[in-house]
Amino acid sequence: MKAIQRNSKVRTGFHQAKWDEPIIFELTQKGERGIQVAGTEPGIRDRVGDGIDSIPEQLRRKIPPALPEISQPRVLRHYMRLSQQTLGADVNIEIGQGTCTVKYSPKINEMLARLPQITELHPLQPEETVQGIMEIFYKTDCFLREISGLDRFSFQPGGGSQGILTIASVFRRYFEVKGEAEQRNEIITTIYSHPSDAAAPAVKDFKIIYIGPDSDGYPDFEAFKAAVNERTAGFIVANPEDTGVYNPKIKDFTDLIHASGGLCGYDQANANGLLGVTRAKEAGFDMCFFNLHKTFSTPHGCGGPACGATGAIKRLEPFLPGPHINAIEGNDGKQRFAFDRTFDDRSIGKVRSWYGVAPVVLKAYAWIMSLGAEGLYETAKVAVLNNNYLFRKLMEIPCVDAPYIRGKQRVEQARYTLEKLTKETGITSGDIQRRIMDFGLHYWTSHHPYHVPEPFTLEPTETPSKEDLDEYIATLKHIFEEAYNNPDIIKTAPHRSSSHQVDSSWSDDPERWAITWRCYLKKTRQV
Amino acid sequence: MTINGLKNHPYIPNSVPEVQARMLKEIGLSSLEQLHELIPESLKMTQSLMLPKPLVSEYELKRHVTRILDQNTHCEKYLNFLGAGCWQHYVPAVCDEINSRGEFLTAYGGEMYNDFGRFQALFEYQSMVAELVDMDVVNVPTMDWFQAAATSVLMAGRITNRETVLVPDLMDPDKFRAMANYCSPKMTLLPVGHDPVTGQIDMNDLKTKLNTGVAAVYFENPSFLGFIQIHGNEISEMAHKAGALSMVGVDPSSLGVLEPPSRYGADIVCGDLQPLGIHMNYGGGQAGFIATRDEQRFVMEYPSRLFGIVPTVKEGEYGFDDVAYDRTSFGNHREHGKEYVGTQAALWGITAGVYLAIMGPEGMADLGRTILQKSTYAKALLNDIPGVVASRFKSPGFKEFVVDFNGTGKTVEEINKALLGEGIFGGKDLSAEFSELGQSALYCVTEIHTQADIDRLIAALSRIMGHA
Repeated sequence: MKAIQRNSKVRTGFHQAKWDEPIIFELTQKGERGIQVAGTEPGIRDRVGDGIDSIPEQLRRKIPPALPEISQPRVLRHYMRLSQQTLGADVNIEIGQGTCTVKYSPKINEMLARLPQITELHPLQPEETVQGIMEIFYKTDCFLREISGLDRFSFQPGGGSQGILTIASVFRRYFEVKGEAEQRNEIITTIYSHPSDAAAPAVKDFKIIYIGPDSDGYPDFEAFKAAVNERTAGFIVANPEDTGVYNPKIKDFTDLIHASGGLCGYDQANANGLLGVTRAKEAGFDMCFFNLHKTFSTPHGCGGPACGATGAIKRLEPFLPGPHINAIEGNDGKQRFAFDRTFDDRSIGKVRSWYGVAPVVLKAYAWIMSLGAEGLYETAKVAVLNNNYLFRKLMEIPCVDAPYIRGKQRVEQARYTLEKLTKETGITSGDIQRRIMDFGLHYWTSHHPYHVPEPFTLEPTETPSKEDLDEYIATLKHIFEEAYNNPDIIKTAPHRSSSHQVDSSWSDDPERWAITWRCYLKKTRQV
Repeated sequence: MTINGLKNHPYIPNSVPEVQARMLKEIGLSSLEQLHELIPESLKMTQSLMLPKPLVSEYELKRHVTRILDQNTHCEKYLNFLGAGCWQHYVPAVCDEINSRGEFLTAYGGEMYNDFGRFQALFEYQSMVAELVDMDVVNVPTMDWFQAAATSVLMAGRITNRETVLVPDLMDPDKFRAMANYCSPKMTLLPVGHDPVTGQIDMNDLKTKLNTGVAAVYFENPSFLGFIQIHGNEISEMAHKAGALSMVGVDPSSLGVLEPPSRYGADIVCGDLQPLGIHMNYGGGQAGFIATRDEQRFVMEYPSRLFGIVPTVKEGEYGFDDVAYDRTSFGNHREHGKEYVGTQAALWGITAGVYLAIMGPEGMADLGRTILQKSTYAKALLNDIPGVVASRFKSPGFKEFVVDFNGTGKTVEEINKALLGEGIFGGKDLSAEFSELGQSALYCVTEIHTQADIDRLIAALSRIMGHA
């Protein structure tokens, strides 16, 4: 009997699920029901009638919403099929989401976060009935204090960008209280920090000053010195930046800001490679945020719910959004947890409802508990090992290059360029992005605008094995060979994904864009 | 001293020392300590973080966390009448089934091809909320209603080139704070007074404050304190006459029975998705939506992603794409785009879509009717208790209402403490934030409350008041 030969590391036989599923409105069948709502007892009806008469006639809904009418099994099947057409991290080697730190989200943590002891809690319940979840918030706060060296965290921000908004809001409020808000209206950031490091402070009406890289790829210190002055409210930056380059002079940058009276905020979206290795405090930052959905493993959920836990040094604590949770000693001598709801005039107030996304905080807590200090250190070391292994292997491919710090290590991710490939074959990085989907993988180019030509950005984290990394490398090599030998297959990709190339011309045309099904029906004259 | 790692950890495949040695060798290193070469020694930690000992065994971890969570008393054990922006509704099993799917749960920023299902599910969510609110455009969810309302304010500011938005003075103080922080210093929120008997927006005060500097009038239906704002039409007309927009915040669970705000002149509608199949999660189930007409002047002001349906190169195939991507801060203009975009609450959007798909028009109508009946029943019985007035405001209401305990001689704090002793979470104490209402509480009654539940509340309150 002949053995089946399957030698290739490259999944040439891959095909993503493709169900050709209708839009949900097309499944409607008049009279079908997906669920019955809990009814009203006769005793209630006898007393109050149908309830609708309590609403003034002009406010009663005349035309029912045109929602689909579908039985439960068909709705379930529809969404199951859509889920299968989604390449979540549970089903692929997730190193191609650029700077998004997509790592393994442990199933036990998800299971714990779905217990009624958390899902069925109301945020206004008396403190004595929510001591468990308050303990989780408090202890996670303490863990983040230790990991960053800062003094207090708020879990309200619902994502990294809202964390940046919180930092920018605190900076503005701080200078308002000092009477310097009008004067200090500039935020300095770098071009390789996340776009939100510029966009969120701009919401708070700060003028954004960009620092570009010097010839080595570090933020240009001379340009920085020239930019810092009495108008500077603060410096908000990622380190490492999205290039994976760590700025070793970061303390000189933060010192200079402090010397001119400004504040420093640390975008720690790229913290995964630094856990237990170096901290925000020693680098001179006054505030920072961690993405619990990145560094601390909680699943990304197609883009939230999430948490951009935002911390501050003691001096800025009063400016954070409240309330905070403290540990106090109860009458019985035991530790208990209490909200500090005293409202400080200096506080920016609220940035999100309640206290943040509790299940996300719980999952981060459980993840930290499963690793401890030694495990966090291992996480950082392996993430950096994986990245530098991947980097070394990819840089051996002739058409791949990466600007800056030649010969030196990157931290957690790296931004590469395919400029040579594009010049030689006409295949762009965007083309490669579509083609790699035919092999069941993600690949991300870069934030806009592109400063590195034909960019791609990879961040392996600690999750993939060496085998996984080797598969990703082999797949990229396979596609680069195609670029030279059979470029059409790349230009017309994807072929084995859940959809073929889209016609994007609709998307910027107000006459043709269709953001909802009803819009689509109107614009295509089907209604 | 050297810091120790943790080898052979189940979540970290390459924590195996032999594999590490092989990989290090391939990149010309001999130890993990040689990594992080660009970090100056002065910034490197010299000892391990001070954290609790790890619970590497999954069983130990589970025991540890459940022991902590077991200290909580939740709303399936106790009878709950708290609402105020986080509401206890029934969550259909299908909603949890879908948002637990690993593919959705762990997806993030993939493309419209390999994340096709994510794009379709969110497009469908947008489309179904659009039907519910009777608008043509709905965004991929924001963090919560707070954020949706705050962004609506800035959108109105950009559209009208004006800097003030009028808001009801009886709105949620926390929401006001979040909106004020987000909009400051570009925009100002100016509260409008109310009629003390009905709670309705004071039309005279509104008229006085509506001037050419006003970008929009924002109000909610039902209002934060549960009563329905009955002059929606007049408010919108007055706003429009002054060149301002009409913005309405809604509780989507009401829209099977209440007219959508588009029918009384709203230009921008926002609200929270949490009532649509999402657990309370201690306040973590919030997700916001914004809806407008399909006009370029509105669409181009959204900071959010908007997924649109488009053709593909293959005849007969649906595709999806970002609409007007360059408006967002992810586009080429960064901070010159509209506000900012980032991780928000997409999974709750998908969940709300599942909820609306199984509820259908009949389900939403049944839900609204049931809530009206049960809350009206609760109000009637509460009103029968001597000294108790339900509701404080003489206006029609939905789901929530203010119970006035001033005539009982007891504080809400005392009453709620006594209710807790009976296994009941009484309504939100309003005495601190709405001092003019004295000892009043905001009660929430939904479809999950049975007649027996409400009767139990009434019996407990009667006992507490000394009437039983």
